Amino acid sequence: MSEHEYVPKSKAGKWFNDRLPLLTLGAHLTDYPTPKNLNYWWTFGGILTFCLITQIVTGIVLAMHYVAHADLAFASVEHIMRDVNYGWLIRYIHSNGASMFFLAVYIHIFRSLFYGSYKSPREVIWIIGLMIYLLMMAAAFMGYVLPWGQMSFWGATVITNLFSAIPLVGDSITTWLWGAYSVDNPTLNRFFSLHYLIPFLILGLVVLHIWALHVPGNNNPVGIDIKKPSKDTVPFHPYITIKDAFALLVFMIIFAGFVFFTPNVLGHSDNYIPANPLVTPAHIVPEWYLLPFYAILRSVPDKLGGVILMFGAIFILFVLPWLDTSKVRSAVFRPIYRQFYWIFVLDVLMLGYVGAMPAEGIYLVLARVGTIYYFAHFIIVMPIVGLLEKTDPIPMSISEPVLTGGAEPSLARKVNDKV
Amino acid sequence: MSKEEKKVNRRDFLFTASYTIGAVGVGAVIWPMIDQMNPDKAQQALATTEVDISSIEPGKSITVLWRGKPIFIKKRTSEEIAEARAVKLDDLPDPQKDEDRVKDGKDEWLVMLGVCTHLGCVPLKDKGDFNGWFCPCHGSHYDVSGRIRKGPAPTNMEIPKFEFVDSNTIKIG
Repeated sequence: MSEHEYVPKSKAGKWFNDRLPLLTLGAHLTDYPTPKNLNYWWTFGGILTFCLITQIVTGIVLAMHYVAHADLAFASVEHIMRDVNYGWLIRYIHSNGASMFFLAVYIHIFRSLFYGSYKSPREVIWIIGLMIYLLMMAAAFMGYVLPWGQMSFWGATVITNLFSAIPLVGDSITTWLWGAYSVDNPTLNRFFSLHYLIPFLILGLVVLHIWALHVPGNNNPVGIDIKKPSKDTVPFHPYITIKDAFALLVFMIIFAGFVFFTPNVLGHSDNYIPANPLVTPAHIVPEWYLLPFYAILRSVPDKLGGVILMFGAIFILFVLPWLDTSKVRSAVFRPIYRQFYWIFVLDVLMLGYVGAMPAEGIYLVLARVGTIYYFAHFIIVMPIVGLLEKTDPIPMSISEPVLTGGAEPSLARKVNDKV
Repeated sequence: MSKEEKKVNRRDFLFTASYTIGAVGVGAVIWPMIDQMNPDKAQQALATTEVDISSIEPGKSITVLWRGKPIFIKKRTSEEIAEARAVKLDDLPDPQKDEDRVKDGKDEWLVMLGVCTHLGCVPLKDKGDFNGWFCPCHGSHYDVSGRIRKGPAPTNMEIPKFEFVDSNTIKIG
């Protein structure tokens, strides 16, 4: 690897780098050979890094003004909104930032699903990414509890009660999570502590995610292995940094649109009512990014079954690299899988929609069909399509189809060649 | 590798003993870290509540807070009691006689935890298909005895430990 030959120019730099090779790391990140055909779907890694840092910075500032106590939390959030200098801005960035974070992570995940980025040799990157996603959901849920409004309180009640479905020890676990006999002040206190902790755990996992990425290098839209560095790659800086920066700017425009024009559109108005343990709001809905899983939970007419399927919907993603039997990574060359992929995307969107609707009538039917299809996609479609599908010819390299003006048969790999 | 290594020697004994003591030590430190999250003394101190029930009219109910959770106290009419007792046990997902959910001789008083056994929401009174309670969160229907009849909740609403201090007062907990 080229970075091992890196020698700092200055004497001081060399002295420091011999003791702690940070400059070598910097040179590695700058020169990191990246496939030259990465499209804009590949810019969301950078966007997600921005989202994480934004949440950490705004969160640390909000914690300077917030009071984690059942009697004071709601008022302290209003205090942030009305009294603290720019408090409204910082809080709206933080609350909308969570939604933008999930928007970006879903695009990032679906990009990986389309281009087969979870497949060998990138399984560990995928699994670390899923761990980040799980932690993000935990952080988002606990963060939503902190304002101690009606949705905070009852969201916390419903989600913590999921654990009471566990046979025998369920009730003890739930009481242990609460630190009381219901969601109460001890619950709020510990959620604040954990909400502050989790972003730093995510940060650590992000380092591992990028480290694991830099071992095999990026996947690419064509999904073939490439030599690095070669005519198929460009250095990360300035080529990818400038592309990432442009995409980030567009993303920030959308982000700012939410923050300045419709800061509450993604939230729920019931959360501006202080928590009341005696009255449950008529329609409890989680935040939009959890709705597909909520729909799966409600589609099962059995408490434990619903909880198992809901968690199963996430945990099945961990074994995805081994459920997908296709040797071809990118869906660009997989005509059958590509169609199932889009059906799956529609299925998840539909589950999200019915998750926001009352669990009755046609919505319940749709939720059940959607849930069955969700699991069938992973358990039936992916293994079988991977084995039976006749894939399109795969190019020898990224450059060749471009330089020869199309996929000539002589240059294309045979279907069954290992990629 | 030589044969000698397979024999248990002093070093193996020291390794095993060290790991064992280490594991006991780690366990001894982990338990307080876990147990500190359980309800503390202040929470446990809220364990009982006394409620004056003299002003409740037949057919009406009140809701009181006990350990942060709502308790429904309903004075049932004789028709309601008859309705609850006419239900066949085979029709119940969680079979339980109405007699077993009230105190002997105080059949009109239904005292129960107003918490849906599905995911912990507070059911609405006088709603649902069975003349009892209806949980708005995920659509569980309870009858006039607080027993689950329809929906995702697995069990009947819980009856807390309570006693009649005198004819006008009950102590919950």
